This record gives sequence, C-alpha cells and structure tokens, in this order.
Amino acid sequence: MTGWASFLRLFLRRDRWMLLWWGLGTMLLYVSQAVSVDDLYATQAEFDRAAASMEGNAAFIAMAGPARALNTTGGQVFWQASAFGAIVAGLMSMFIVGRHTRAEEETGRDELLRATAVGRLAPTTAALIAAAIANVLLGVLVAGSLVLYGLAVADSIGTGVGLTLCGWFFSATALVAAQLTTSTRATYGVAGIVIAVSYVLRAVGDVGNGVASWLSPIGWYQAMHPFSGLRWWPALLLVAGTAAAATVAYRLFVGRDYGSGVLAARPGPPRAPTTLSGGFGLAWRLQRAPMLSWTAGMFALGLVYGSMGNDVSDLVGDSETSQEMFLQGSSDIVEGFYATSMIMLALIVCGFAISSTLRPRGEEDDGHLEVVLATALPRSRWLLAHVAMTVAGTAAALAAAGVGLAVGYSLVTGTSDELWHLSVPLLQYAPAVLVLSGVARLLYGVSPRLMVVAWLPLILAAVVMLFGDLLSIPQWVQDVSPFEHLALVPAQDVDWAALVGVALVAVALSVAGQLAFRWRDVH
Amino acid sequence: MTDERVIEISGLVKTFGSVRALDGLDLEVRAGEVHGFLGPNGAGKSTTIRVVLGLLRKDGGEVRLFGGDPWRQAAELHRRLAYVPGDVNLWPNLTGGEVIDLLGRLRGGVDERRRAELIAAFELDPTKKGRAYSKGNRQKVALVAALASDVDLLVLDEPTSGLDPLMEAVFRRYVDAFRDRGHAVLLSSHILAEVEELGDRVSIIRSGRVVESGTLADLRHLTRTSVSAELERHVDGLDGVPGVHDLVVEGTRVRFQVDTAQLDPALGVLVRSGVRTLTSQPPTLEELFLRHYGDRVDDAPGEES
Repeated sequence: MTGWASFLRLFLRRDRWMLLWWGLGTMLLYVSQAVSVDDLYATQAEFDRAAASMEGNAAFIAMAGPARALNTTGGQVFWQASAFGAIVAGLMSMFIVGRHTRAEEETGRDELLRATAVGRLAPTTAALIAAAIANVLLGVLVAGSLVLYGLAVADSIGTGVGLTLCGWFFSATALVAAQLTTSTRATYGVAGIVIAVSYVLRAVGDVGNGVASWLSPIGWYQAMHPFSGLRWWPALLLVAGTAAAATVAYRLFVGRDYGSGVLAARPGPPRAPTTLSGGFGLAWRLQRAPMLSWTAGMFALGLVYGSMGNDVSDLVGDSETSQEMFLQGSSDIVEGFYATSMIMLALIVCGFAISSTLRPRGEEDDGHLEVVLATALPRSRWLLAHVAMTVAGTAAALAAAGVGLAVGYSLVTGTSDELWHLSVPLLQYAPAVLVLSGVARLLYGVSPRLMVVAWLPLILAAVVMLFGDLLSIPQWVQDVSPFEHLALVPAQDVDWAALVGVALVAVALSVAGQLAFRWRDVH
Repeated sequence: MTDERVIEISGLVKTFGSVRALDGLDLEVRAGEVHGFLGPNGAGKSTTIRVVLGLLRKDGGEVRLFGGDPWRQAAELHRRLAYVPGDVNLWPNLTGGEVIDLLGRLRGGVDERRRAELIAAFELDPTKKGRAYSKGNRQKVALVAALASDVDLLVLDEPTSGLDPLMEAVFRRYVDAFRDRGHAVLLSSHILAEVEELGDRVSIIRSGRVVESGTLADLRHLTRTSVSAELERHVDGLDGVPGVHDLVVEGTRVRFQVDTAQLDPALGVLVRSGVRTLTSQPPTLEELFLRHYGDRVDDAPGEES
C-alpha cells in the first residue's frame, strides 16, 4: 500500500472544487427545508393540520420516508431531506470512487503512476479514503448548519453522522462495482442501481409493513429517528455494511488483472441494424437512452405530483408566503397547485433539453464529429438530426409528465373528469423549454467554448419562477424568462398569441445557431 | 485518369488567433499516387487535412478537391474520399462492425465482399464495443471502414501509429492495391519508413509551409550517400573531391559521405586504389529530415524559402 498518501493528496487536490459544491449543495438541501417549513406555517395549528395530511399520504411517504414528528421543524427537515441527502451522498461517492479507480484504469492514465514505486492497493485505498473524507465533510456541513439554525444538537449530529455513513456504504459498493465492470459508464450504472434499489426498498418498506426498509442502507439511516427519539444502533448496520462491501471489493481487486473486470465485456452485434444509417439514425442511437429515461422519469414525477390530489389545500397552509408560491394568482387552490406543478415539471424537462443540446459538443470534443463530417453527411443535416432529437425528446417528456399528472390525480380521486384538463395543457410549455435549448444551440453554433454558460438561462428562469415576486426581482428581468409570458395552465386558458410568440423566439434562436454552425471551424 | 489533380493547394493560409498555422502552403496530389505528407508534430499536417476536408475554413490561398471547393461542396465531394484520423475515437457503445457499416452508409455504400475480406485480413473482432478496443484496433476499424468504401481518395493521418509490424504489412498491401487501381492517397506521417515504403512523391512540411516536394528519387538527389569500402592500397586525394564529407581513413578502410550528385568522381578515386569490398547506403528520409530540422546546410540547393 506504499504511496497511498501521495495518491490521496493528488485525488483531493483534483476534487477540491467538486467536493465544495457537493458539500454546500447537500447542506442547502437540509437547511433550506428548515427555513421553508418555518416560513410556510404561521401557526402550530396550521402546521399540525398539514402534518396530519402528509402522514396520511402514501405517495409522500414512498417518496421521502416514514412519517415521524412531522409537526416539528426537525422532523420535517429529516423527513424531507434524508432520503435525497443519502442519494446525493451516494452519487458523490460513486463519482469520486469511479473517477479515481475505473476511469483511470480504462483510459490507462494511471499505468504511468502505477509503474512508479507504489503498492498495488495504493490507488484503490486512496480513492476509498478520499470518498470517506468527502462524506465526512458532507456530514459536518449538514450537522453544523442544522445546529447553527437552532435545531437540537444531538439530533443534528445524528443526521450528519448517518449521512456520512450512508455515503461510506455507497462508496464501498461503488468500489465493488468498479471491480465488476470494465467501463466507467458501466461502473456508474451498477453503482447507480445499488443506490436506486436502496431507495426503492425503503419506499416499499415504509409504505408496507416495514421489513423491506431494513434491507436498505437508506432505511438504516432513517431508522436512526433523529428529531423523533434519536437512536444510534442502526448506525452500526451502516458501519458493518460498509466494512463488508469494502472487503468484497478488495478481494475482487486482488483476484483480477489490471484493466479487466470480473464481468467480461459483452460482445455486441457485428453488423449495424438498418436504423443506424444517416444523420438521423446516428443521432437517435446516441440520444435514445436519455430520451427514453427522461420520458419515463417525467411520467413518474408527474404521477407523484398528480397523486397529491385534493390534499393540497391542507398541505399548502394559510401563510401568505405559501399562498403566493402555490396559488400563482388563481383563486382555486387545487388549480393553482397544478399550475405550479406544470411549470415545475416543464422547468425540470429543461434539464433534458439543454443536456440534449450539449450532446453535439460532446461529439465534437470526443473527436467523433470530424470522422462523421468527412463522409457525405452535410454538417447542417448532422446538427439538424440532433435538433430533432431534442425537440422530440422534449415533447415526449412533457407529454409523459402530463399523462402522469392526470393519471396520478385520477387514481387518488377516483374520477376521470380531469384527465384531459391535467395532461394536454402541459404541452404548451414546449416552446418555452425550447427557447432555453435554443439559447444553448446558438452558443454552440457560434463557438463550443461558450457552452459553459448554457445552463445559466435555466437557473434564471427557475429563480424568476420560484422567487420572482418574493425577491421583488424587477419586471424586465422576469420578462427575460420565456415561462413568464405563458398562461398558467390549467388555472388560466392558453394564451395563443403569447404561445406563438415564444415559439417563434425558440425557432429563431435554433435557426440562428444552426446557421452559425455552418460557418465555423469544426475541431 | 492518372493526370487528374485530386488535391490542389496553393498559398494556403490558416490562422488560429495570432498563430499562423499554415503560412502559404502548396501541395498537389495526383490520381494514381501515394503522396507522403511528412513533417514533425505541430508542423501543420492535420490542419491542412482539416482544411481539405472542409472542417476548417481557409483564411487565404486556393484549395481544390476533385476540382471543387472543399468548404462549399464538402458533403458532395466526400462521397469520393475516405478519411482515417490519427487518433481514432470510436463511440464507446457502438461495436466495431456497427461503426464500419455506419461510416460506409454515410459515405454512400460498403463493398460487402471487401468488408469481409478486410476484417479477416486485419484480424478484427467486429463484435467488440468501441470502449473495449485498443488503440491499434480502433485504428483498424477506421481503416477497414475506409478501405471497404468505393472511393477515389484516401486521406490517412498517421494511420499506422498503433499497428504492429504484421498489420502494417497488411495495411501497405491494401494501400498499394488501392493506388494501383488508379486512386490517390494522401498519407500524412512523421514516420519516415512508412512514407519511404509507400510514397511515390513526398512533400515535406515545416512551420506551415512545404519546404520540399518531389519524388523520393528527386529528394535523394539532394542528400548524401554513405559509403564505406575496404581497398587494396592506401587512398589519396579523396578529401580533394568536392562534396565528400566526414571522411575517415583507417589504413586501407575508408568511410565517408558524399553528395549524391558527386558520387561518380568519388567512386573513381576509390576504384583507382583497388576496391575489395564496398557498401553504400542510399539516404534515408531521416537524413532528409535532419537537413531540414537539424544541421541545415546553408548553401544546399532546393531551399525554397
């Protein structure tokens, strides 16, 4: 294991900014729940009423965790944030472990370092320790911020410690995944599945008889019950699980050759299917996986929002802040809630639209584009094919979210009157989503280097949407967001003139980007 | 057909910001020849190729590809060429076979018989995914895709840097056959042996300009031949022959280099002393290179700049 300390220093140096952002993000996830809960409910009676309603909602419990002490700030914070905090810690651990083990091995970069006087186990050990340190940072930031906010000290520390241990567990399982697979993507795939299964197991357990929750590390974390009778012994399960997974990972590492994985890489077809032909065939092949998974994910999310059904009037509370956030100028609280849900879902779909618009730059960076453009494929058609995938994927994701919303509502309320009303109007946001994608495309067309700011318009749109009136952002800034110009469906009727206007802006941006691309150098 | 100018470049200029990557470059590739495009890394070989492929826009000069404008008519002209980049990057989740088919279809069709033959000749496993291939195998995928297409021009940017000697021989065989069918090859390389083996004509590029261009024989004429001989008697007067350099005399053994143009008078002197053994080595491109990038001879002919 000689030399692990130098590897650890190198890793931490390479990761320091990433660690800072993960840490601050996770801290915000927890502490913002405390702030928003205290803002939302003006009186304890109101809080009690909302808590009672949440406790009775199986969809909420499946999403967040067992409902305990929901009429206290601490209880709410842990309930709302712990499952997602554990997922964030898991993802961070997966990326740290993956990028310093399998990614280095796959690219052969660390052969150079391994050839120096270091022990065989040194890089692996250093990667695991780096992930462990990162999770300690996460735990300290979360616990510290909750204590500073004024929540109970022991319970805040329990919340942080549990989070750290959850991250440790997922670091160890990611290390196992890195031994099994030969590609970094597959490592992330396997490690991601472990996190997803952990989340789903506890959802099943929490809604049902609770047994399945005991099979999940996230379930163990939530079984510590911070802010509702803190107990420490479930933390031991996390420690034991981490040790077991790490042992398995080391066993596998010692038993395999450098560069190989325990699972052999599967061969693929020797011939291309007929669909893999032309610019559109290639773009579809490259983008279909994110298109399909976003569509499925948006359907599930729509289902969750939809299933909140008529309960929303209880959940929202009477305070002015929450009224303003949810009502969006509507008199009917249910309609207002669904208007907010739709705009939120549309904002989330922007994540797909922008990342799909970034895909051509990835092709260019990876050196695939020069080979493709050296064939008879015109560059305008190559880009147009990717544009088509972005547009089709955006429409599919929005439609799936709408259907999910409508189906979720119908399942909970037992009526089918609202099916049409709650699904189709969501599609009106497609032009607004595509405006943000169009900005990214224009940046790409002019110069791929400009794409670092491609996400800024989404951040602006989200801030304006969520906090525009609360923060008294000037109207002209708010007007920059395309979402501000559209009607708040389903609470209001579609404003066709505005819709056409926003659509024209989207088309103009995209066309300008495509024309600019035709005239620039390709690298 | 053999007189057709496939690539014609004159006075090509390309700048990146303040860097002048190509500075008045001239190049001509004819049908029926393998044209070696030789120069050290960073000399501008890849930039030239990217302009020819219409990926980069020229800032000055003239570029014709099959008599057309490679920037405006890129896609149309590309039906007639296949390109293998120096650093082949494949899509990680597409198999080699899928990539070969995809690129072939994008070019307008694959010769099925030749595809199968090439895969066998290069011993390529077409069922592996892009991420699983080694550098050499990624290169093979691109080479098979290029050679299986029915085209008139191959543009190869350092094509054998990852191939083992056995596969290099296979590669040479196919490039030779391609040329013998009357097609053109632009072969960029900094590996001299590769160009020597395959090239009919060579252009040497340095700092964005072609500093030497001609057949290998033309260029050898500009260099020195190494001679070593064992003689019957001690030799006199060799140092008086113009063009003889680095003369070493050890008793009856002599070693020297001679400007190829002065080979005859030098050998005349040797013959008069009675030649027992004689070995002479033609100049390698290594020496051509040294002349351009190392010990530059000031009064050497052929200095274009």
